[in-house]
Parts: sequence; structure tokens; C-alpha cells
Amino acid sequence: MTVTIFVPRDSTALALGANETAAAIAKEAKARGIDIKLVRNGSRGMFWLEPLVEVATDAGRIGFGPIEEHEVAGLFDAGFHTGKIDEKAHAKSLGLVEEIPYLKKQERLQFARVGITDPVSLEDYLAHEGYAGLKKALTMEAAAIVQQVTESGLRGRGGAAFPTGIKWKTVLGAQADQKYIACNADEGDSGTFSDRMVMEDDPFMLIEGMTIAGIAVGATRGYIYVRSEYPHSIAALNEAIGKANAAGYLGENILGSGHTFHLEVRKAAGAYVCGEETAMLESIEGKRGIVRAKPPLPALEGLFGKPTVINNVISLSAVPLILARGADFYKNYGMGRSRGTLPMQLAGNLKYGGLVEKAFGVTLRELLYDFGGGSESGRPIRAVQVGGPLGAYMPESLFDTPFDYEAFAAVNSTVGHGGLVAFDDTVDMAKQARYAMHFCKAESCGKCTPCRIGSTRGVEVMDKIITNQNRPQQIKLLRDLCDVMVTGSLCAMGSMTPFPVLSALNHFPEDFGDQPMANAA
Amino acid sequence: MSTQHTFDMAKVESIIAQRKEMPGALLPILHDIQNAVGYIPPNAVPVIADGLNLSRAEVHGVITYYHFFRQHPAGQHVVQICRAEACQARGCEDLASHAKELLGCDFHGTTDDGKFSLETVYCLGQCASGPAVQIDDDLYARVSKEKFNRLIQAKRGVQ
Repeated sequence: MTVTIFVPRDSTALALGANETAAAIAKEAKARGIDIKLVRNGSRGMFWLEPLVEVATDAGRIGFGPIEEHEVAGLFDAGFHTGKIDEKAHAKSLGLVEEIPYLKKQERLQFARVGITDPVSLEDYLAHEGYAGLKKALTMEAAAIVQQVTESGLRGRGGAAFPTGIKWKTVLGAQADQKYIACNADEGDSGTFSDRMVMEDDPFMLIEGMTIAGIAVGATRGYIYVRSEYPHSIAALNEAIGKANAAGYLGENILGSGHTFHLEVRKAAGAYVCGEETAMLESIEGKRGIVRAKPPLPALEGLFGKPTVINNVISLSAVPLILARGADFYKNYGMGRSRGTLPMQLAGNLKYGGLVEKAFGVTLRELLYDFGGGSESGRPIRAVQVGGPLGAYMPESLFDTPFDYEAFAAVNSTVGHGGLVAFDDTVDMAKQARYAMHFCKAESCGKCTPCRIGSTRGVEVMDKIITNQNRPQQIKLLRDLCDVMVTGSLCAMGSMTPFPVLSALNHFPEDFGDQPMANAA
Repeated sequence: MSTQHTFDMAKVESIIAQRKEMPGALLPILHDIQNAVGYIPPNAVPVIADGLNLSRAEVHGVITYYHFFRQHPAGQHVVQICRAEACQARGCEDLASHAKELLGCDFHGTTDDGKFSLETVYCLGQCASGPAVQIDDDLYARVSKEKFNRLIQAKRGVQ
């Protein structure tokens, strides 16, 4: 009987040796005359277990991990491929993967398929509720599709949290000979990888979401703007787009409905600010990624001057589920005005880093300790940066804040893209504040003065604070400068860089102390 | 290093001809040229400008705006070390200093033998498993100093 063995193709798994492990499994099976089917699935998002090898059994999939190349022969010796292996028969046996508490405690709505299916297999996608949302959408009026998205309470997952349905309604109402859907997949924030996982591990979900968006607002053309640092995402998307086109899910006359939607991947070129929506449009148009002044809103004058829906990967790929299961299903998860689930990314100095999809309302502490297992270094967690390089550093006293857009805003923080980066007590928060200014200086598009010059001055001021040159005056200057950047910058790059800087200063003043540093003498 | 830029101009011209009609063609063209040649040669700039009916300044502006595009050939192997926050929390700055010492060149530099270029990258999306390193097209996660030494040694071994 053929044994089905899974070894992930997600880039984190690859970075930890999954290709070598997969090759060793194929070779070992052949040498032993064992008939196997090797599936390259997505990652379950439990990265400390990668490469995670799974075997299909009657009871479900059992896991072993992390398995390096040299451990493969031992797996076969222990009889891992028989499906009847005792949990104690191998030191790295994990039992039924679905029963691992890290996975079992999650609410995987959007990431339901991720780690289970072969990402580029359309058959697998269809067998796991794929394209149910599109089929539903094809039976509906455009305005009704938009209404469903509005009612679901979905808000922009890229960080701005603007209601997705409202944006779509504006584009639907705009009159133009051409409209566009532009997917922002320029996931440049450190500590975030959920977009990457969707693109690598379930690309059809994003394609389906964009197709539904196109039908809903009357756009026949879409672009996915993907970072150049994500070659595996680009390859998986292109392969999936090719298959969707061939099977009639993209292109002209989609599934015989008369609707048209052409989709194309555009490769970015390493400019962080192109994650800002109007800079991204400039870049797709082939120009320098310089931020545009608003208005006009991109929904009315966006890509090539035409009405454009711009959404993040996670927002767009939530849409198939919302259509397939209905707005109420999605809306029933979450708290307050933050509806549905958020795929959160546990990163930095954590024992169990990975992808955790939970309904809004889960606290930072639950994520850091119940899921993350505390710091990997074993030292106390001192600060957590939530929401990327433009997000605030949160101290232990704020760890009970629930994930909710409004609750985070109330403590001068942002949910952002749901990434959290944990630091232990060896972190120097003055250095992190300097880094935030330095990053802004390196990545500013240069159009507005508060961001372009402010970040340069910010680095200088931080250097003076760090080297203890007239600290009280410099700290006053830093606050002044941050005020100008917050109120005067054209986009989030300049107006949010003060978030990490001021949160470091406010929550960790001891690192900016006006006493000479111990080692200064 | 020679300032002579020798590359296949016919290849560049064919890339331009193939792409020029697509909307927003400049970035895809630059990507294709860098893919084929390894960098964007300065004497390709007027040809691109001509093909797309842009000024040379506009093309130059785009090339220099984006970190990804190179105006000079890179070393034989490009070593990128992620130095963003999540990797900082996992000790990437120690690794960065170690890499400079081991390779004997600074960031944005190339070793004297032309074998390695050392680059900073802000995020490879491996944030739960840093420090992350990319050498040419291959990604590596949880890179300790020892692991880094092994990876560099392996590249030194093969031509």
C-alpha cells in the first residue's frame, strides 16, 4: 500500500533543510523498497518543529519533527511509515498533529487549509472548500457581494484597519472604462510572515479573493505586488495563477459566467515604503515609489489613474470564506469593532514562534506565554513590538491588552499586521529607538520634510542621548521632533516612526536615563 | 576592477522589445536585465529610456531609488543577513559582526577576491526562526556563527 508522507515546501521549512529531508526520504524509501507518495505541503506554522514530517494514517496525520536529513534513516528504522507507530518508538514523535495544543487551541478559519494541502494543487484546493466563495459570488449581484463583505465587519489587515466593504463600495460606485484590484503583498514589516504563508502555502485563496473582489466592483484586471525578498511566494503564485487560468477560474468568461478577471504578479524591488498604498501604485506604474498626496483617493483615482481597490493579502484572502460561509459566520468571531480572526505572527525571542490564528480578543500575554512559551533565551520578556517597525514597544504592564484595534489604540499602540516581536531583558531600548529612526532615514521616500529630515535629525538626537550629551535637553528635542513627524508627515512612514521611539522612551525611561551610563567613565 | 561593462546588449534589447508594451513596464524590464546580466549596466540606461520613451534621468531615478537594483556587478556569491527587529531579538547583530570579520569586508562591500558581496536585508520573512541569511537564492534560518562558517566554507569550496 502506498504511504503518503508530507514534507513542507514553505520557505521557513526550506531554510531549515526541508528539501534535503524530503530528498533523503525519497531515497531511503526507494532503497528499502517502500512505496511512498511524497507531498510537499504548506507549513502548519509551528516553526520550531520544521522540517515537520507527517505521515497519513487511518487515525489522522502523525508528525515527527524537527527532522534533519541525517535523521531520516532512523525514522524508517522506527517504522514511522507503517502508520502504526507507538508514540514512544521515536524520540521526535509528536503523535496526531491536529492534537498538538498549539494548533488545537487556534481558530483557523482563514488558515484552515494551510499546512494540510499541497499549495499548488487545484484539486486539493477544491477538495477543501476552495472556490466555494467564488461560486456563491457568481450567483449574486455585485452590490450584494459588497454588502456581505461590509456586514462581515472585515477591516484592512495590512494595518490601517479601514472597513474593506466601504472601500469596495466606493470603487463599485465609481464610473470608469477600467478598474483595478491591487493586492499589497509588500510585507516588509519585520515580525510578519502571514502574507508570505498565504502566498506560499495557499495561493489559490488569495487568487479567489481577488477574483471575487474584481467581480464585486467591476474590475477586470488585478495585480499582486510582491516583495523581491519573497521569491518562493512569486513562484507559487505564478504556478497557481497558471493553473487557475487553465481551469477557467481566471481569465475570460470565468466558469462560464461572462465575467473576466486577469491577474498578474508584479515583483517589487526592495523599497519598504512601497508597502504604503500610493507608493505601491507608483511602483506598479514603473516609477519611483514616492507617496502620493491624498485626495484623490485611490478608490477613485488609483492605478493608472483608474478606480482601484487596494487591499492587503490577508484582507483579500478572508473574502472567499466570508462569501462561502456568510457574513454572520465571520462576524461572530472577535470583540468590539474588531470582527473575525487575525492570523498573528509570533516572532523574535520566543520558544515557540509561529503562526497563530485566533479571534480578536486574545491577549498579548496569552500569545506570548500560552502559545509562545516565553522567551527562547529563558530570560524574562521585557518588551514586545507589535505591528512591525512602525509599531509601539509594549512593556509587561500592557501584556493583558486584548487584540482589538480600539483597545490597542487606547494604549497608544497598533495591532498593525498582527506581528509581534519579543525581546528579552538584554534589549537596550535606546538602541531600538535609534534603530527606528535609522530605519525611517534609510527607507523614507523623501517627498515630505518631516519624514526625510526628521528621521536624520532623530538619529543624531538619539546618538547624543546614547552618548549622554546633555540628555534632558535632547529628550525634550526628541519629543518635539516626534510631534512634528506625527502631525506633519504625508504617510505612515514618517507619522508612525515616533510610535516605537516614544513608546521606548515612555515605557523604558531607565534606558534613556539622565544619569551617566555605568560604563561611560 | 575594470570599469568596462561587457555584456550582451542584444539580450537587453530583446528584453525591452518583449516587455515595452506592458503597462508599467520599467520595473519588469529592470528585473529581467538584472536577472540576465547580474546588474543594470550604465550603458543600458539610454537604451531602456529610448525603448520606453522616458528620459535617462527617469530611468536612472528608478534604478537608484530601489535597493534591489545594482549598478555594479556583485561578487560571485551574495550573502544577505537580515538585520531587522525580529532577527535583532535573536542575535543577528553578533552574527553581522562575525560575518564582517570572517569575510573581511563591510556591508555593501565585496571581498578582495570578488568571491562574496555582503549585504543587509530588512526582513526575509523568517521572523520566528532568525537569524536569517540568504546566500544567492538559498535561505537559511537559525544561523549560528558555526552554521554561518559552514555555509561560507561550502561556497569557498566550490567554484
